[in-house]
Amino acid sequence: MTEYNPTRVGTVTKYVVVESFDVTPADLALRAYEISQGVMIKETCFGIVINGSDGDVSRIITELRKLDPDHIFVKDRGFPPGDPRRCRANLGGARPGYNGMEHEMTLIPYVSHGLEALKKRDEKSIPQPIIPLERPYLDIQKLKKLIDAQES
Amino acid sequence: MVKVFIYPSTSLILSDMVARFGHTPLSSAIAIRERIQTAGLESPPLQITPEEPKKGLKWAAVEVPAGVRGRMSLYGPMIGDCEAAIVINDADLAFGCMGCARTNELIKFLIHQKDIPKLELNYPKSEEEGVKFVAAIKRFLTDLGGSK
Repeated sequence: MTEYNPTRVGTVTKYVVVESFDVTPADLALRAYEISQGVMIKETCFGIVINGSDGDVSRIITELRKLDPDHIFVKDRGFPPGDPRRCRANLGGARPGYNGMEHEMTLIPYVSHGLEALKKRDEKSIPQPIIPLERPYLDIQKLKKLIDAQES
Repeated sequence: MVKVFIYPSTSLILSDMVARFGHTPLSSAIAIRERIQTAGLESPPLQITPEEPKKGLKWAAVEVPAGVRGRMSLYGPMIGDCEAAIVINDADLAFGCMGCARTNELIKFLIHQKDIPKLELNYPKSEEEGVKFVAAIKRFLTDLGGSK
């Protein structure tokens, strides 16, 4: 057993993912560098990774969101950028956890559309989505149709 | 600001939505960050030590595999701390190279047992579902109150 001495203690790391027709990861990185003031920024294929103190990272993210608020998404990350335990430069293949993000990236356009639509519509006027845990009784008319389809 | 547990706890969409509407998302990255930034004995890659399955005994019995108990030592305290929860039920991504189906079942069970506001959803599969999805989350988070 060897001793473990952590690096960059007290910092936070966040992913900024962009799925936009107007803003590229390079645009995000450029804007982030302009206001970074010592914060670590890494450009990736899907956006950027920012590491620094909580206040600095929040400030940069607030500014970056202004570029395209409905198409920029942010989430926390446990490891700092380029950490050899996670960075694919050392491991090869996709970073563990990327597959989940990749799946959600396919759904983000729907979410972005929802965010845009909510600017024009009141959320109270929008019907509830299907509640997955509710199992409604089979409608009698639907049952009749099923029986008819089976018999014909 | 309300602490909102999200499931799947690595979800980019949920993490962003909760933060966007002024609350604090409780995601697995926060639990991992705590361990990564704490000095001790080296236990790569996630700094999960043999102590974690012992801590997991609070949520799962000793016969339960160590993997479930170790994961519960990450998620259990967050479920204890959370004041609300958003659960996506058709999240296949929560099971795979890093996920555990039994832990996921236990997490959902513990959330359902807890007397807190909960929102159950499926992922949107069209633009119209996307509008309903975002509206439902916004309504839920606004009704929690205390947003930043």
